[in-house]
Amino acid sequence: MIFVTVGSSMSFDRLVRAVDEWAGLQGRADVFAQIGQSDYRPKYITFVQFMDPPEFRERVRSASLVVAHAGMGSIITALELGKLIVVMPRREHLGETRSDHQLATVKHFEQLPNIVVAYDESELPSKIDHAETLPLTNQDPPNASPRLISTVRDFIEHSSVSG
Amino acid sequence: MPLAASRIRKKVLAVASGGGHWVQLLRLAPALVDFDVTFVGVSQEYRSEVVGHKFYSVTDATRWDKIALLTAAVQLAWITWKEKPNVVVSTGAAPGYLAIRLGRLFGARTIWLDSIANADCLSMAGKLVGRYADLWLTQWPHLERAEGPHYRGAVL
Repeated sequence: MIFVTVGSSMSFDRLVRAVDEWAGLQGRADVFAQIGQSDYRPKYITFVQFMDPPEFRERVRSASLVVAHAGMGSIITALELGKLIVVMPRREHLGETRSDHQLATVKHFEQLPNIVVAYDESELPSKIDHAETLPLTNQDPPNASPRLISTVRDFIEHSSVSG
Repeated sequence: MPLAASRIRKKVLAVASGGGHWVQLLRLAPALVDFDVTFVGVSQEYRSEVVGHKFYSVTDATRWDKIALLTAAVQLAWITWKEKPNVVVSTGAAPGYLAIRLGRLFGARTIWLDSIANADCLSMAGKLVGRYADLWLTQWPHLERAEGPHYRGAVL
């Protein structure tokens, strides 16, 4: 099952439409989407608007591939559960987000294993096809940096109780 | 440190808005295991992800919604007063900024970890919060500055 997710805060019609049309052309019945506030209503794939965090995690866990906006919740959850993820950035000038931080995110994450980037909807179908040919890696899920964890822990430990 | 004091578990208020901010806060869990942690999210839906901890939900405010910001500030002020944390930690966004400001006001030490999503520049909240965060962190080495924010690693 391919799990498509665009978060809950703003619409992302370009991604939802592109995946829906790809699924229609390919005759794929194994695609499930969380479309959030998108106006476009899929014709070929099943979808919900929203889901709670535990269901979201379970959907990622049972997916063969995740296709998502370049939100950190989607990216981190997919990597934690050892999934391949195809991400497409929301763009500010199209009214899909309030800043182009998702574009910055994908530029910096592109070289990581298990992440495939589609910069726009025209690239998305071929990137999904490509991602489906990639082997599911059995890498250990990425850990938070030990230095970050010890920095935060030591800071708390050495804070004065009296404030 | 006196023996008695070492037995008192530090109280931590851990605050994040939804989606990626919340997921990144949970990535810090290994740093928090020794402490008495109360979580604050922006929906009751997050409660089930921090079973065994106190949990509060506050209004999901953004910097474009002044009424929601005010509501969240009142809720966070009440939570901070009630919990009296030693340390407030946040991964953003607007509710986290408010929690850091209020934490400071109530005498807590404060930690801001700017979202890893902000790879080109610090978030707006992350910039504004700098002078109120005792530990002010970015997750990108190229965004580190001598006067802060500092880079000490990332959640990935």
